[in-house]
Amino acid sequence: MSNKEKLKIAFYWAASCGGCEVAILDIDEAILKVIEIADIVFWPCAMDFKYSDVRAMEDGYIDVTFFNGAVRNSEQLEIAELLRRKSKIMVAFGSCSSSGGIPGLANFYSAKEIMDYAYLETPSTENPDKIQPQVKSTVKEGEIELPTFFGRVYSLDQVVDVDYYIPGCPPVPDQIVDAVMKLATEAPEKGHVFAGDKTLCDTCELEKHDKKIEKIYRPHEIIPEPGLCLLEQGIICLGPITRSGCGNRCINVNMPCRGCFGISPNVIDGGAKFVSALASILDVAEEEAAEEITKSILDPAGTFYRFDLPKSLLHGNIRKIEGAIK
Amino acid sequence: MKKISIDPITRLEGHGRIDIFLNDAGEVENAYMVIPELRGFEKFCVGRPVEEMPRITPRICGVCPVAHHMASAKACDAVYNVEIPPLGKKLRELCYAGYYFEDHNLHFYALGGPDFVVGPTAPAAERNILGVINKVGLNIGKEVIKHRSYGQRIVEIFGGKPIHGVGAIPGGVSKGLSKEEIDELKMMADSCLEFAKFTIKIFHDIVLGNKGYVDMILSDPWKMDTYYMGLVDENNHVNFYDGEVRVVDTKGKEFCKFKPHEYLDHIAEHVEPWSYLKFPYLKNVGWKGIVTGQDSGVYRVAPLARLNASDGMATPLAQEEYEKMYETLGGKPAHNTLAFHWARVIEALYAAEMLVELSNDPDIGGDDYRAIPTETPTEGVGIDEACRGTLIHHYKTDENGILTDVNLIVATVQNNAAICKSIADAARSVITKGKKIDEGTLNIVEMAFRAYDPCYACGTHALPGEMPLTLNIKDKDGNLVQTISRK
Amino acid sequence: MSYEPKILGFLCNWCAYTGADLAGTARMKYPANIRIIRVMCSGRIDPTFVLKAFEEGADGVLMAGCHPPSECHYQNGNLKAMRRYPLLKKLLSQLGIEEDRLRLEWISAAEGDKLVRVVNEMVDKLKELGPLGLSKSNVEPLGESETLNIDNPTEEENYVK
Repeated sequence: MSNKEKLKIAFYWAASCGGCEVAILDIDEAILKVIEIADIVFWPCAMDFKYSDVRAMEDGYIDVTFFNGAVRNSEQLEIAELLRRKSKIMVAFGSCSSSGGIPGLANFYSAKEIMDYAYLETPSTENPDKIQPQVKSTVKEGEIELPTFFGRVYSLDQVVDVDYYIPGCPPVPDQIVDAVMKLATEAPEKGHVFAGDKTLCDTCELEKHDKKIEKIYRPHEIIPEPGLCLLEQGIICLGPITRSGCGNRCINVNMPCRGCFGISPNVIDGGAKFVSALASILDVAEEEAAEEITKSILDPAGTFYRFDLPKSLLHGNIRKIEGAIK
Repeated sequence: MKKISIDPITRLEGHGRIDIFLNDAGEVENAYMVIPELRGFEKFCVGRPVEEMPRITPRICGVCPVAHHMASAKACDAVYNVEIPPLGKKLRELCYAGYYFEDHNLHFYALGGPDFVVGPTAPAAERNILGVINKVGLNIGKEVIKHRSYGQRIVEIFGGKPIHGVGAIPGGVSKGLSKEEIDELKMMADSCLEFAKFTIKIFHDIVLGNKGYVDMILSDPWKMDTYYMGLVDENNHVNFYDGEVRVVDTKGKEFCKFKPHEYLDHIAEHVEPWSYLKFPYLKNVGWKGIVTGQDSGVYRVAPLARLNASDGMATPLAQEEYEKMYETLGGKPAHNTLAFHWARVIEALYAAEMLVELSNDPDIGGDDYRAIPTETPTEGVGIDEACRGTLIHHYKTDENGILTDVNLIVATVQNNAAICKSIADAARSVITKGKKIDEGTLNIVEMAFRAYDPCYACGTHALPGEMPLTLNIKDKDGNLVQTISRK
Repeated sequence: MSYEPKILGFLCNWCAYTGADLAGTARMKYPANIRIIRVMCSGRIDPTFVLKAFEEGADGVLMAGCHPPSECHYQNGNLKAMRRYPLLKKLLSQLGIEEDRLRLEWISAAEGDKLVRVVNEMVDKLKELGPLGLSKSNVEPLGESETLNIDNPTEEENYVK
């Protein structure tokens, strides 16, 4: 390794919260190991390289780009395509770039509904002239431009070619260090996901028995019995459709899983699968009882697709997202 | 007019571009902080069960997720009208102190600090956390990393994860502390206190010991007289987690003080077409544009503002440093923007003192930390102080607790007007007729926003959509195939 | 050409599919709007099939199996279908697909006439609701050829070097 040229790596964030950047810092001292084998050539959160520096690079100059955040506007698309050209390897880092993440929930609404609410309808907004942000606006001194917004949220692989995935909201330190080291030394199969191959239930340490749910409880309505599977107690937990690898961190504080590590391998649509998984363990034998218990399962689409609505089969509410219906 | 763009702005949380307009003489006419990002939380949370909000809203910001997590939990408590047990409150406060300690240190050492430690016009490749570690030495660098990890570990013990933890729920918290965790917390708290004192010393040595920096801090282009807002306890001391919102005017006199559910009587938001970020202002003074002074409703939030809006700190060492700061700056309120950095390390010291106090509380290991809500959910407001400013979560639900309306006023957004003016003032002071503009010059303009430690992911939670749009569809050779326009 | 709803039907081998066969051999007419896929049991109907059917252009989906509680060839496969159904409908409605587009019916091997009635009812209902309008190509996210290509803003200096 000592004579090998250092890897050139980049980090970028699109429609993200910044948690993935902090997750990189959370590898703590391992960051010193990483910079032994790699030079970071672009990282707006922590370093002063600008877009013009990236545009000046030769194509393929960057060895690996870790791209987090969903794609929601034209600037994010432009930079995703720019970094794809300038990078040998493109990694979708975190849930938002892997599958849309929490910002993906915006696919329940049209862009117009969201914009009208933010700039015209919230109780604290005072906007008598009904001003809304414009792609080009004129100020006293000249013109100012803003990126255009798409009618829906996209995951990274829906707009550029992605080589690998590091899912999680955000990814965990061991997983990150493992992925960086593997990328530096091996060439995993394209499309490889740096997470477990099984579901969360496989690593979860709670006791599991035959499940028969009589009643659904929301997390704040019941103090769960310690040591016992939460789903069994009627608390909706997405463990059965979620990839393992996170260390069961939410379960460890008695809170159910919401699926941030992405859907398990070989599943096309997590929400559909969870309908099946949950229905299988409901203790009802008649149609009326099935209807009744379903009333207490609130917001199924927003819960079962919490982190991957844009990548689900229908991508969101088809009546609201732009381009869904001709 | 010529336009120079700093694109993107760096060493902060979020996206932004600074557009500087120069007239023919090469002087700065104006500079704009243009925020291009939006996601839409206020709308897409409608339809979600309210108890999921402490798990959804932290994704507004991964640098200050705990602030959202707690404000959201408090709003949920209010929606259900449930009072959380005292131990539940202490545990949330303990987590909160850990978060503050970590986030403020992150900013000082990795985001804003490098400008001072390495130098504002040092080569770009060195102006970052790695350059800082290089400059102060590996041993100190490792201490920085270690104590940041302590802050994260404290949050993790409480919420399962350091980023986007899940411990706070309507009615209290989901898990108590084991004896091993309390011992670990005590050890970390003691170490954090020593480190906080050390950081204060570094600030004195590197920043206050450098005449050039001190002159800059006290100089006019870096001063702005505004109103200041912060949360205070019953003694008018700075409190991050709970209390009433207090606003002081440009002379430091109390202008108003209100409870969370009264915020709409005091705060309104203005919209400009050139940024996705809105501009909050004091309703009872009015929006006069991006100007400051006693007659303008522009106010500031975050560390310096909190200290200005309070009568002191609740812990002794922080109070001592608070007094030193105001002595140096010439009294209260301090209008010097770069003093935000100083106020920040003072708050980190206060957070560390709180960590020691709470982890040694004899009742901290109990098991009465949760109440089950019984009332029908309706509406509630939760306010806390994120590192970057006052954070307001306002929820309305139907009788099943499904959200029907959400309003969020998120910390940094309240500094929007002030930041715009700060960067314009800074640009005017460093870009003058005939002077060569290089990359280091532009970095000094960026320092004007870094003092505020902005979080534009937070500020721009809301999302727009329908605007005049022209699509040029080109084939793979770049030939224009079709143009689609929408007015 | 006026709209003819496309219905995809998942019929279980032992009861519903056989019932459809009966309708055929008895020369009972039912609309050609329905395409039938035979599954061994209604419990085999993965909700993913339903979503995929809509994604690929179906305007309506029929799930049909043996009468509960005791006619399922595999004991309780039909009960699984029964439990999934209300939750699946709720999920679909949040995704913009009206609940009436999905229907679950119990059709025995002797009930060819019931199948005819159900299909007719569905066609009428779907004509009322109108086409769903999805097709693989427009549910697809941005393809390479459709990449939105916004003109680069006029080249402003990012900074003077």
